[in-house]
This record gives sequence, C-alpha cells and structure tokens, in this order.
Amino acid sequence: MPQVTLTVNGKQHTVEVEGRTLLVELLREKLGLTGTHVGCDTSQCGACVVHMDGVSVKSCTTLALQADGTSVTTIEGLAAADGTLHPMQEMFREHHALQCGFCTPGMVMTAIDLVNSHPAGLTEKEIREGLEGNLCRCTGYHNIVKAIAAAHPLMHAKAAE
Amino acid sequence: MGFEGIGAAVRRREDIRFLSGRGNYTDDINRPGQLYAVIKRSDRPHARINGIKTDAAKAAPGVVAVYVGEDMAADNVGGLPCGWQIHSQDGQPMAEPPHPVIAVGKVRHVGDPVAVVVATSRQEAKNAAELIEVDYTDLPAVASTLDAMKPGAPEVHDGVAGNLCYDWVIGDKAVVDGVFANAPKVVKLELTNNRLIPNAMEPRVALGECDPSSGDYTLWTTSQNPHVIRLLMGAFVLHIPENKLRVVAPDVGGGFGSKIYHYAEEAIVTWAAGKLKKPVKWTADRSESFMSDAHGRDHVSTAEMALDNDGKFLGLRITTIANMGAYLSTFAPCVPTYLYATLLAGVYTTPVIYCNVKAVFTNTVPVDAYRGAGRPEATFLLERLVDVIAHDTGIDRVEIRRKNFIPRDAFPYQTPVALQYDSGDYQTTLDVALKNADWAGFESRRAEARARGKLRGIGISTYLEACGIAPSAVVGSLGARAGLYEVANIRVHPTGSVTVFTGTHSHGQGHETTLAQLVVDQLGVPFDQVEVVHGDTAKIPFGMGTYGSRSLAVGGSAMVKAMDKIIAKGKKIAAHLMEASVDDIEFKDGQFRVAGTDKAKTLTDISLAAYVPHNYPIEELEPGLDETAFYDPKNFTFPGGCHIAEVEIDPETGVVRMVNFTAVDDVGRVVNPMIVEGQVQGGVAQGIGQALLENAQYDAQGQLLSGSYMDYVMPRADNIPSMSVATENTMCTHNPLGSKGCGEVGAIGSPPAVINAVVDALRDYGVRHLDMPATAPKIWSIIQSAQPRVAAE
Repeated sequence: MPQVTLTVNGKQHTVEVEGRTLLVELLREKLGLTGTHVGCDTSQCGACVVHMDGVSVKSCTTLALQADGTSVTTIEGLAAADGTLHPMQEMFREHHALQCGFCTPGMVMTAIDLVNSHPAGLTEKEIREGLEGNLCRCTGYHNIVKAIAAAHPLMHAKAAE
Repeated sequence: MGFEGIGAAVRRREDIRFLSGRGNYTDDINRPGQLYAVIKRSDRPHARINGIKTDAAKAAPGVVAVYVGEDMAADNVGGLPCGWQIHSQDGQPMAEPPHPVIAVGKVRHVGDPVAVVVATSRQEAKNAAELIEVDYTDLPAVASTLDAMKPGAPEVHDGVAGNLCYDWVIGDKAVVDGVFANAPKVVKLELTNNRLIPNAMEPRVALGECDPSSGDYTLWTTSQNPHVIRLLMGAFVLHIPENKLRVVAPDVGGGFGSKIYHYAEEAIVTWAAGKLKKPVKWTADRSESFMSDAHGRDHVSTAEMALDNDGKFLGLRITTIANMGAYLSTFAPCVPTYLYATLLAGVYTTPVIYCNVKAVFTNTVPVDAYRGAGRPEATFLLERLVDVIAHDTGIDRVEIRRKNFIPRDAFPYQTPVALQYDSGDYQTTLDVALKNADWAGFESRRAEARARGKLRGIGISTYLEACGIAPSAVVGSLGARAGLYEVANIRVHPTGSVTVFTGTHSHGQGHETTLAQLVVDQLGVPFDQVEVVHGDTAKIPFGMGTYGSRSLAVGGSAMVKAMDKIIAKGKKIAAHLMEASVDDIEFKDGQFRVAGTDKAKTLTDISLAAYVPHNYPIEELEPGLDETAFYDPKNFTFPGGCHIAEVEIDPETGVVRMVNFTAVDDVGRVVNPMIVEGQVQGGVAQGIGQALLENAQYDAQGQLLSGSYMDYVMPRADNIPSMSVATENTMCTHNPLGSKGCGEVGAIGSPPAVINAVVDALRDYGVRHLDMPATAPKIWSIIQSAQPRVAAE
C-alpha cells in the first residue's frame, strides 16, 4: 500500500493509505481527528474544509495521496497550545455563529482563508459570496457573516504584530 | 462574572468544544471490533421483489453477513410503529399498513431498504452491496399528491383503497356551508405547499452494540429523543426490554424534526450487533439522506373565505390533500390534522371554520414533521388567502389584517378549531414590525428600484403557532400513543454544585447554556457550577425529547417544579439547622434566611447537611438533595408575530433577491436573547429556502429528481439577507416560566411574507398567486407571458 508523509497541525505522520483514500478519511479514521466532518457526497457542503499549505481545500474531494509532503491544518490545530482560541473561533462564539456545530469546523477554516486572502478588508457581499461553498442549516448565516467581519481586523492586527 | 440568569445573553458553553473540533457526534464514536453496515436500497419507486441474490456479496472480501427482510422477519422483528392514530370522519381508524424494517415482497419508494451488508470496513460493505442482485418486477407507481386518489391510480398498499390513509374533518360543514351560502362575498384560492427535505447538516448515523457478557444493548444514534427511540425500538421492533437497552444521542448536528422518528437503520444495526456480537455502525451518505430521511410539507389545498362587505371574515372552508409518502412515519398522521387544521383561525376572529383533510399514500419517502410541522402549512394558506382577499376586494392588506385581528383584550380566546389561546398581542407585533421595516417608506424604495429597472415588492405575514406540545390527556384523546410531559432531575451535590438531567435534547438549541441559566436564576448557583446532562437513557429519566419548540416551555417548566421541591426540602433542613419554624424560612439569592433576622444558611450549607446528615431531622426527612419532577403542560403555548419581507426581482432573469427581512415575534419569556435571535434567524432562512429555492421533486414515475445538493437548492449565505429580528413578548399564562417557544417561528411566519412580497413585486403583471418555490424560471415565464412581445426590430 502506498504511504503518505504529511504534517498535520504541526506533527508529522507517515500513514499507509489506499489509492482511493480521501484526505478526510485519513484525518478522521487514521489520525482520529474527528473535528473535520463529512456532510455530503457531492463536495457542496464544506463541512470538511481544512487548510493544505495554508489554503482551504475540501478534504472530501482531496485524495490522501495529494496531501503527501504538505502541511495540513484542521480545526483541532487552530487554538494556541494554552487553549486560547484563534480570533475566528473567538468571534464565532462571541457572535453566536454556530448552533449544532456540525458545519462549524469547515465554516471556520473557510472563513480564515477568506480573511487571509482579503487583507484590505471584506464587504458583507464578499463574505456572503466567499461562503458559497459552505452550507449551514441552523444559523441563517446572519451571525456567521457578523463573526467573520469582526474577526477580520483582529486577525490582521495579530498578523501585523 | 456578570449576570447569568434569565434574560442574559450568556455565551454558549457548548461552543468551546464545537469550535475546537472536540464535539462528539455519533460518527465520531468507534467501538472496538466495530463492523460497518451499508444498506442496499431500492432504485425502483414500486416493484415486486421476485428474489435477491446475495451469494456474491457474501463471498466478497471483508463481508461478515448479508441480511434481507425475511431474515429479520424470521427473527420475529416487528415493523416500524406509528405513534399517532387518526380517525376518519366515518369513525374508522386510519389505514396503517405494515412498515417492514427491510422490505419484504415489495418496495414502495426509491430508497426503501432491500438488504444490508455488514463488513469489516465501510468500503468493503459498499463494494459488496453492489454485488447484490435484486430481481424486480416493476409496478405502476404514483408520486404526486393530487394523483394518488384519482380513479385507477396505482395502489401503494394492497387493501388500502384509493391510497386513502384517512379522511378527517374538523368543524361543522353544514354550519359553514350555510355561512357561505349567505355571504356577500367569497374569495377562493388553490395552493400547494411544496415538499421539502430537512437536510440537517449531520447525516443520520446509528451504531449498535451488544455486550456479549450481559446481553445489554447500546444504540448510539442521531436522535432528538433517545427515550422515545428506546421505547419504540425496544417494545415494538426488537422486543428488548428497557432495562437491557440503552440509547445515546450524543452531540447531534441539527434535527429540524427529521431526527425525531424511529428509523429502520437504528433497528438494523442494533439487531445485527446482537446477531454478530460485534458493534455495527451505519453512516448515511447524503444521497441516502435525501431518500431515507422523512420529508416535510407536501399539501394541496383549496381555501375559501366568506366575507362581509367590509372585509370582515365570516367563515373559512378548506379541503387539503396531504401526502404521507409510502409508509406512516412515527408522527406523520398528526401533522396535517392536529398541528395544521387547529391553527386555521390564525390571529383572526373567523367565527366558523371547516377543514377536511385527506391523507394519501404515494410511492415517495415518508413525510413527517419538519420545522413547524403543519403550522407553516396553515400559515402559508391563511396568509396567502388574506393577501388574495386584499387583492380581490381592494382593501389594504395591513388594514384587512387589523380589521380581523383577535383584540388584545379578548384572551383567553376560544377559536372554532379547538384551541384556546392564552395570550398574545398581534396589534403590537404588527405595529413594531411595520416601523422596523419602514413599511411607510416602501413606495419610495419601489420607485428607486424601478429607476434601476428592478421590480421591488414588500410582503407581510401576521401569524400564530402552537408550541409546547402538549397536555397528555388531550393529545391522548386525539390519537397520540404517548404522553407529552417532560421531566427534569435536579441533583444538588454535597458541595453545592448542580447537575440537571433533562429529558429534552439539544441538537443546536444551546440547552447546556439556557437550562443552566434557569438554575442560576432559581437556585442562585453560579453558572460554572451547573452542568446539564441530556441524551443518554442510562443517565436521564424518561423524557420525550425535543421538537415542537417544547424544551423550555415544557422541559424548563419541569425544571422549575423540581427546583421548587429542592427549595421546599432545603427550607426544612434550614429550619432544623437554625432552630426556626419552616414557615419562617425564606429562600432568596441562594440563601435560606430566617425572616426578619440575620440568620442564614447557604445552599451549600444545606446540601452538605443533606448528604452528611449528622445534625439532621432524619426521623422526618430523607437525606440527600436530589429531586425529580414531571411536568404535564396545561395547554399549548401560542407564539406569534409579524414578518415582513422585501424582495427585488430582476425582470431580465426572474431572479428574486431578498433585500430586507424583518421579524417581530412574541415568544413569551426570553431566557437568552442571543439564542432566541439565532433561532429566529435560522428559521427564517429555512422559510426563505422554502419560499424561493427548495423543492423535493419527483418525476411522474416516482424517481426522486432532487436527490443531492446538486439538485436540491439549499439556501446559501448569499441567498439570505441580513435580518432585523426583535421580540415583543406577552407571557404564557399557564406555565411557570411564561415562555412560549422560539424554535419554529422563523420557519412558520416567513414563507408567506416572502411570497406576498414576490406577488407584490409582480403586481403589474396580473399575478394573484404564486406557489413555492418562486424560482427564477417560474417568474421569468410569468413576466414573459404577461408582456406582449414587441416585434423584433
């Protein structure tokens, strides 16, 4: 069986996988990182979004083999070692941007990439369009949009430190 | 630490684990030696099963077992039970055909389970399932609600003539017909309520285990009500007594009704775990969810209102056909009857109402309660009809509503359709909504949009719904096969911290936060010393779970009752410790005081004395401080309010854009305003989804065309506007909290507001009514057909 070597949340792993193994299967089943969820089978819902080399990808449509040699960050890898939440996690909590929590990991990972890729700022329209690939059935998106807008200055202030 | 009692926008404690990836959803749970089940499902809407060849699948790599319906039947496994029996107008009980866990003899909808493969990995089970050959003879099928009762329609079940499940009525037809015969004006509207697929983001999962030494079973499942599942599956399907069966519903990723019901897969994995003496897990693919989760709505109705010359409603007459799907799901029969027709008075004084509901079987996925359950159907019908009356009579649509409102001093108000409303103030929610939406300034926004070439419309809905289901004796007399009380166990620990064991279940509602706020408020215990436990039949007493916006109104009331018992016992202990009379003890802010003195004991002093009863009235009082209360509601609760939608249509494309949405709801006492707002926003988004985007579409032969997110249009962030959400509350008069419920108001009030806005935007095109969803092609066609084509130049 082929092997992949990848870094997940700062820790290197070498794992045997089948050619058809998906990145999300590797994360959930081989590494026990169950924070990344699977909500559909057509790459629409975005519950499975993780960062591969800093860019958001849908781990349900990425083969584990494609992740060979990359650095993957999942929802479990966002908070600081002392448990301090990432500003996006904190703003999701502050603005009640989650209810059942199932879409949340993917939503947060997408949101961070969205903010990172728009250093100059994000309009409400840009945020809503940037969330096209993530479904939430609970919140009506209202508070997710607010949380992302609130996280933007915090993340870029932190980046400037 | 700030104020964390009733009324505080406390940030949710469950968020930390959800935001860190430490939620514990059913699919995150894996048991040692676990096997994987994959269901082979029918791809035929209706067919006779001549035979099933499983040899190749059984021989495939990793396969442990393959089972078909006959295997379960041979093991005396029962069918899936229905929890509500409706009687037809002739007194006969509804048709209740068998619902085998795995199909026997015939399949009746696309998605009906035909066989199950159990293997050492999910992939091996999937591969093997493809090797199963089912020899079918296709039978004619019927999918559409309207076609089901037509002469010659294919029969879904042998012996159920005309596919009629029941023919039910409420109201006196002769009286209502008499009113119509003499009415100066009658306005009639035919409408459908589109079929929806709930689509909680977490697909359903079930994991069964049988402990080989004790024979005890455990089922982990994505459920809104683990005790109900334990009772139904244990008593009716698998014949496992409650003491040998534990059902756990851990973190659950949304429900919206679809996770109330006892589903085949729960029984399959539990039964297979018993046969194989190994844990068996089934996880739905989303495409399976589309064809196996209970669908919602799907009504076809004719509504008529009799009016006097001033637009006062004199009588309402309705016939509805409701689609049950191929089998009766757990609570399906009560949705188009007692959760629908009893709501048809709405917020109006209509003196007489008659409604006839015919429920029909079709070759489609079973239909059951979905967020709102019957009440959105009633509200859409009524609020569309009122707008059509305004259209036909020329009376202003706000004015006609005001004219027919139940006055604020008329409560308690007895409707002609059984319900008695305890409280409400529809004038105020309307007034505040008109102000918040700047209704008065709309015409200038319409003109501005017109200048940009856009059609702008505004729509209103003034609605009412019934929550907090419900007094057990009442629902029992109406056919419920369950009680609908709720239970809470309040355990004050020796050092004064508290654990709440609630029979309700949180799958996004934030109970771990709000229910703790009740304890902060009533017992004065700090928020961080209160834990809320739910979702595990081995821990919680027998409660009915969460649906119908009942958790606070019913479950919270049970908590209040249990805490009253804690205080009453605490007073006796305090009286003993302070050598005072019980009657002189007051409890306030977490302290028991002797009235008029400075003598006081904290709750911790009392709990310590209760568990270390050295100085204790042991002759009269048992040790411990641990109380349970069951609360049976005295009535439904009646949230209501006003929703206003504003839309803009691009006439070139027919695309509807939601530009503003205003909700002003009356939900009774608010425990956590942040959570209430979130519940309303989420419900409104689902309502907008129903109005503009979502539709479960079958073709005439019964194939599900909208079977994935590629075809079923879920609302996305850019389909939903920022919303203005507010409450104007009157208190529920018959439960101790005054709370009414907020989980469904958004999905109930919003769809007619949106469609009324779309119709308003299209008013120059002669549109009187439009069925949901108001998709771009539908609107584009209306605009095209209304405009005489200008000759090409």
